[in-house]
Amino acid sequence: MLVKRKPAIWNRLYFVEIIQGLWITFKNFLFHKKVTIQFPEQRRDYSSRYRGQHYIKSVNNVENCTACMLCPTVCPASCIHIIAGEREDKEKYPVKFDIDILRCCFCGMCEEACPKDAIKLSNIYEMSQQNREVYEKDFLLEQRGNK
Amino acid sequence: MTGSMIAFAAFSTIAIVGSLLVIFRRTPVASAFALVLVFFSFSGLYALMGAHLIAALQILVYTGAIMVLFVFVIMLLNQDSPITDIKESSLLFKGIAGLACVGMVTVLINAALRVSGLAPTNIYTDQKIEELGGNLRVISELLFTDHLFQFELTSFLLLGAIVATIALSKRQRKGGVS
Amino acid sequence: MSFETAFMFGKIAIVLMGLLAVVPIMLFVERRGSALIQNRLGPNRMGPFGLFQAACDVLKFIFKEDRAPDHVNKYYWHIAPWIAVIPSFMTFAVIPFAGTYTDANGHLQFQIANLDVGILYCFSIASLGVYGIIMAGWASNNKYSLLGSLRSAAQMISYELSLGLSIVGLAMIFQSVKLGEITAQQGEVLWTIAGIEIPKWGVFLQPLGFVLFVVSVFAETNRLPFDLPEGESELIAGYHLEYGAMRFALFMMAEFINMAVASALICTLFFGGWQLLPGMDWVVGHLDALGILPSGGALVLCQALSFVTKIAIWMWIFVWVRWSIPRFRFDQLMNLGWKVMFPLALLNVLITGVLIYMGVL
Repeated sequence: MLVKRKPAIWNRLYFVEIIQGLWITFKNFLFHKKVTIQFPEQRRDYSSRYRGQHYIKSVNNVENCTACMLCPTVCPASCIHIIAGEREDKEKYPVKFDIDILRCCFCGMCEEACPKDAIKLSNIYEMSQQNREVYEKDFLLEQRGNK
Repeated sequence: MTGSMIAFAAFSTIAIVGSLLVIFRRTPVASAFALVLVFFSFSGLYALMGAHLIAALQILVYTGAIMVLFVFVIMLLNQDSPITDIKESSLLFKGIAGLACVGMVTVLINAALRVSGLAPTNIYTDQKIEELGGNLRVISELLFTDHLFQFELTSFLLLGAIVATIALSKRQRKGGVS
Repeated sequence: MSFETAFMFGKIAIVLMGLLAVVPIMLFVERRGSALIQNRLGPNRMGPFGLFQAACDVLKFIFKEDRAPDHVNKYYWHIAPWIAVIPSFMTFAVIPFAGTYTDANGHLQFQIANLDVGILYCFSIASLGVYGIIMAGWASNNKYSLLGSLRSAAQMISYELSLGLSIVGLAMIFQSVKLGEITAQQGEVLWTIAGIEIPKWGVFLQPLGFVLFVVSVFAETNRLPFDLPEGESELIAGYHLEYGAMRFALFMMAEFINMAVASALICTLFFGGWQLLPGMDWVVGHLDALGILPSGGALVLCQALSFVTKIAIWMWIFVWVRWSIPRFRFDQLMNLGWKVMFPLALLNVLITGVLIYMGVL
């Protein structure tokens, strides 16, 4: 049951409360540490497990990916499109590896599914673009991030 | 033509045009805004006559309070659509309105003709008022000395009106909760 | 052109310039101040400490597309911002911003119009400002805006009462409603406690009246905690919902200038107006000794400076309060206005009358 309690008379005058409130904001105004991160110069430290822009890990300029199709299978947004091919040394490799980044939900399942440790999500979070680009293989092969 | 003449012409023109707008606008809110304009130019006219207090009170009371209330009520009733279905009124009403108009104009002309004979203009000239310490002081002294009884009576009248309004609008409901 | 006319135009120019200068300054103070209170930094990129941010804001407003929605009542929609902004400029006319300067040629009054009705003029013109808001809300032809202007009308009527009544006590003590006379009388010494002279400022004579006046003024200027006409959370932006670009800027200008005038009124009535701040006489003495200004000129200058300083402090309090106190609910606002402020204002008049009758004041 809702009990109606009339606040005490000094509370209804709001006076003490207003002075207290003003004092709190005054303390914040003068003394508190400002929490703003001044972006281009300062950056927020993200966790190393942050899931940002994708890349394909390569060793000696050869991608780890063997086009096993696990990542497009597991991808809930079905944004990974791979066309497999054969290299001269009879290795299977992705001829085409596109990530439709507009559809990607950064769930990180591709990274988990990958048996060859090829597709990775770096901790780069500045991905704004002015056109609807699809990440192609050449772009993904640039080694970025720290994983 | 002096500055005050120009101001008089301007204010009276605005007042007349405004009053015509009050009558002829079809939207109630627009009429109310026009009435605000009329009150404002009235107060300008009062100020030109040197009656600064009346001018200030005109704006403060009529424009600032009463008209705000008017507009408030009109908006609350959502009467912002123009009135189009005006019925032609009967000849009787037209006749009554015409008679009232004529009577009012007669009274006004009569008052205008006699204005020099009214007592206060002789006692309270501009100079005298200045000597006594200004409009406000003279009026308040008159109100609280010579005309105290009438003044208090008016306040009782207003108090009665307020009490009556509250009694009418806040009727006791059946459960005893007001 | 005679000297008097020139002096009059000069005064008007100074006041207008000052009021216009208030807008960009307050824009900056409001943005940086709110940021610092909320532990942010605020706009700090344009110029030193972000000082040019105001100029950028103004430029943005000027070059933004001036779009009039289709469904508005064009005529009233267009004049509403002007009706909001013009009275706020007019109000300052009776406020004295420095003492009377006397030399061999006569007196110079630093006040645009020394009206007989003084403070009543301020109140009456200030009450016109609400029509801008009402008109804007109604002409916008939109339910949120209409609600905003309804609230504004109700609020204005409720708080004008206590606004007017709260200074009756002051007028009773000073025996005048002329702002010049009220200010001049506040230079006298009220008490001397342990060698410190406490001036006869209104705030010491009328503490209750002062509180009531400040609260009512906050309500009249539509500043938080009384900004229900534009309450973002429930009315989006209230009465200026349909306005953009320069027309919105005019509403903002009206708000800031109203703030400046309200601060000036608070200072004039309760904080001694142009009376020198403590320590200013020392500055006056040294300036006089330098002999750059004509005799008495330093005094007038310092009086104007004191006045501006007091206004600036009150403007800051306006900003400070805005970012400290949450908005009232509408029924709370009405309760406060009619059931608390109005009786207290009457009580204040009664107490003051009794005290004057007993000869205390």
